[in-house]
Amino acid sequence: MGERIGIEVSQAIAEAAMLSNVDVIAAYPITPQTHIVEHLAELVASGELDAEYIPVESEHSAMSACLGAVATGARTFTATAGQGLELMHEVLYVASSMRLPVIMSVANRALSGPLNVWGDQSDLMSVRDTGWIQIVAANGQEAVDNVICAFAIGEDRRVLLPVMVHVDGFYLTHVIEPVIMPDREEVDRFIPPYDYPLPLDTEKPVTMGAFAPPVLYPEAKKAQDVNLRGSMPVILEHWDRFGKAFGRQYGPLEHYRSEGAKTLLLTMGSIGDTASAAVDKMRDEGKDVGLVQLRLWRPFPFAEFRNAVRDADLLVVVDRAISFGGPGGPFCSEVRAALYDEEKRPKVTGFIAGLGGRDITVAGFEDMVARGIEIAETGTDQEYEIYGVRE
Amino acid sequence: MTDTNELVEIRWHGRGGQGAVTSAEILARAAISEGKYAQAFPKFGPERRGAPVQAFDRINSSKPIRVRADVDEPDIVIVLDPTLLRIINVTSGLKDNGILVVNTSRTLAEVEAEFGTKWKLAAVDAIKIAREELGVPIVNTTMLGALLRAFAVVETDSLVVPLQHRFERLAERNINAMKRAFKETVVKERG
Repeated sequence: MGERIGIEVSQAIAEAAMLSNVDVIAAYPITPQTHIVEHLAELVASGELDAEYIPVESEHSAMSACLGAVATGARTFTATAGQGLELMHEVLYVASSMRLPVIMSVANRALSGPLNVWGDQSDLMSVRDTGWIQIVAANGQEAVDNVICAFAIGEDRRVLLPVMVHVDGFYLTHVIEPVIMPDREEVDRFIPPYDYPLPLDTEKPVTMGAFAPPVLYPEAKKAQDVNLRGSMPVILEHWDRFGKAFGRQYGPLEHYRSEGAKTLLLTMGSIGDTASAAVDKMRDEGKDVGLVQLRLWRPFPFAEFRNAVRDADLLVVVDRAISFGGPGGPFCSEVRAALYDEEKRPKVTGFIAGLGGRDITVAGFEDMVARGIEIAETGTDQEYEIYGVRE
Repeated sequence: MTDTNELVEIRWHGRGGQGAVTSAEILARAAISEGKYAQAFPKFGPERRGAPVQAFDRINSSKPIRVRADVDEPDIVIVLDPTLLRIINVTSGLKDNGILVVNTSRTLAEVEAEFGTKWKLAAVDAIKIAREELGVPIVNTTMLGALLRAFAVVETDSLVVPLQHRFERLAERNINAMKRAFKETVVKERG
């Protein structure tokens, strides 16, 4: 059932792509994704991984090359971060609208300016509406397992969508930690062969990515939305299969001491680990606090989410990105929108924290919970607070 | 600090190129190979050769590590480069019952004169050992031996495979330097 080793999470992600029998990798190195693609290049160069590694001159080309590869029926992987994700931005929509299941790991990073290579989720939020399935890993094991799941999900004929697996830059990518690396045979059994229904083939020409005038475009977009929303049961099915095969069960949300808690912390990504330690500390002090972590960002798990927070009085939502001039952090906006039509809904307080690699400590989560309770009791004229900033 | 059932937090101080990050990684791999939980990571920043750098370990023999933030209040501080003692407050946040492990050609009494009796102190002339064993004054693997002499956070033998993995044909020399430092490090309990 796999081997437990100490490994840098970036290397583990590269090896997860190898275990998934990837055929083509096209990537451009950028901090903090670099170790992922460096290791893939090493694995290809050493012959351990039988794949084409296409070194490209930019992320725009990386994603474009991936589209061509995956359309021929080749299993395709790439990785990027921050500014690199921004540079490939327009091509991301092409992948999802053409239903090309590229699998990509994003080492989440702040966006310029000021120039900052450190971890936050500004890049993740900037690609929210690109139509990709988006899974957010909270630790190295989740990153590895969900890269493997991403191939099974994305390439499923009922889905055929690109999948991003988000991993917090530095906080995960540069950390050595224990990871159970699955056996190759187990992964082979788990991921069915990739069989694209209409591959590029000179013998049987097809038109892909055609022009769509107003008479066609809205239908195409609705079909895309129905397709992404409709991927939910298939995602759950593959996570369930993964749980049965590997003993690690994933779902759209992760619950930590949240049952019946009056106050719930809500997080996405690696800050959930630290938040869970803060929850233990607050519970020891008799405070009624739990944690819900969001793993599946798109499609958003509305039903599970509403159910998870139903009995809480207060949600303290922590975003690691800003929507400038908007209603707060993008995660918090989503949470509020998901609850608006509910008859009984908890109060929601939003915090933006951990921007550009600023650590969020256990004490930081305790502070935000205390402040969230204070805001809920006394009110505020602000939609959100940016936490821990010197003024 | 008497055992590793609880969380042990370690901060490495070195200069870019001296291998502080590598040592932190090797230590974590050794701990994980013993079935423990461990985490190692660098102080994230633009790495420059010669500039002060930090790396961190967290090790717990029974529970998963959950905190993902720099080690600001370490149990153990390891200083690879003696010149850092003059320019950085290496003991910043070091817990009262903590351990300071330094590479120095000075005597333990001289180290105590500088840092007092608040912490357990361990000193070794790692540059001398590294020069003799490796032929270069790169002390990161030597200081792993000094650390284990001061506090057995992992078994010495557990470092062998991670050192072989990292250094390949140079592994044996690094293992010798580590083991020699384990013998030659002098330790003084606090108080």
